[in-house]
Amino acid sequence: MSKKSPMYVIVVGAGKVGYHLAKTLIQEGQEVLLLEKDKKTAEAFRDSLGELIVHGDGCEIRTMSEVGMGRANVVVAVTGDDEDNLVVCQMAKRKFGVPRTIARVNDPKNEELFKELGIDQTISSTRIIFNLLEQQIETGQVIPLAALKRGDIEVVEATITSSSNTLGMKIGKLNLPPKALIISVIRDEYAIIPHSDTKLREGDSVIAIIQSEHEKELRAVFE
Amino acid sequence: MRRNDVRVVILGCGRVGANVATTMSREGHHVTIIDRNPDSFGRLAADFTGRQVLGNGIDEETLRDAELDKADAFLAVTNGDNRNIMSVQMAKVRFKVPKVVARIYDPNRAYAYSELGIDTICTTCVGAGLMRDMILGRPFGQIHDYTHMGLGEDQYE
Repeated sequence: MSKKSPMYVIVVGAGKVGYHLAKTLIQEGQEVLLLEKDKKTAEAFRDSLGELIVHGDGCEIRTMSEVGMGRANVVVAVTGDDEDNLVVCQMAKRKFGVPRTIARVNDPKNEELFKELGIDQTISSTRIIFNLLEQQIETGQVIPLAALKRGDIEVVEATITSSSNTLGMKIGKLNLPPKALIISVIRDEYAIIPHSDTKLREGDSVIAIIQSEHEKELRAVFE
Repeated sequence: MRRNDVRVVILGCGRVGANVATTMSREGHHVTIIDRNPDSFGRLAADFTGRQVLGNGIDEETLRDAELDKADAFLAVTNGDNRNIMSVQMAKVRFKVPKVVARIYDPNRAYAYSELGIDTICTTCVGAGLMRDMILGRPFGQIHDYTHMGLGEDQYE
C-alpha cells in the first residue's frame, strides 16, 4: 500500500472510531484529515494529531472547501448520528465529486437506505458484531469476513482446531459445497496460497469465498 | 371530508410544525404530527383534530406507525437540518410519498438538496429576503426570488 501514491482520506467525526481510523491511516502512509464539529474534542486531539485535525462541521460547504474536499479520494463519515453521516457523504459525492464515500451506520436498518441514497459503502458495527455472535452460536468455527456484491458472495474464515473433522486432510480431498473456493490458508501468521495437496494443520485459518446460500454446507465441512 | 383534503404527515412539533399542523387541521386536512418529546404536542391548538405520534422521525417504524405509506405529503421541520434531509429521503424512497418538503436552515445545504430534486424551504433565506424587502419598502417576491439569498457565487453554479 505504501508503494502506491497516498490517498487523501477525510474522516469526519473524531470519536473513538474516527480517531483510531485516522491514526491507522496515517501509519499506513496515507494523507489524512480528521474533521470534528465539537471544538473541545478537536482540541483534545491536537497534541496527537497536530494539523491533521480540524475543527469544523463536515456538512458545511465552507468547511468542506477549506479542507480540500474536492481532491479527496475517500470520505469516511463516522459520527454517532446517522443523519450527519448521510449528509456528509451525499454532499461530498454530489457537490465535490468525491469518488468513494463510506458511512458508519449506527442503526443497522439504515444500511440499505444509505446504499439506495448513493453512499458507496456502509459499515454497521452492530451488524458485524451480530453476525459474529450468530456465527459463534451456530458453530464457533466459520466466521464471515465480508459480504461481496450485496451479500451474494461471502468471504469466510474457518479455524482448524484439534477437534476439526478436516484436521490433517488435504484440501483437494475436502468435500466442498458447489460454488466454494479456498483462496488462502493463514498458517503461523503467513498467508499461503494452497494447492490441492496442502494438508490442513491445527491452528490454520482457511479463507474461502462461498455463495451465501451454500454457506451452511461449508460450515458443516469445517465442523 | 372535502375533495381537496390531503393526508399530511409532519415531523417536528416545534413552533413551525405545530403551526402548520393546527392550520391544516382547521382546514379539514388529515394531519399526523410526529415528535420525540411528548411535551412538544402542547404547542398544538386545543381544536387540533389530527393524530399525534411519539417517536424518532428517522426511524422507519415510527414513520410506518404514522402511516406515511398512505400520505399525500410529508413535511420535515425538526431543529436538525440533517434529520429533515434524511427523513424526507426516507419518505421518498421507502414510502413513495408524492410530495415531500424539508425545512433547512443552512442556505448552502438547502440549495444543494434542492438541486438533488428535494423540495426545500430555507427559512433563513426567505426570512432574510422578506426583511430586506420590508426595510426597502419593496413588494414581496416569490419564494424562488429568495432561495439564493446570501449564497457565495462560488457555492452555486
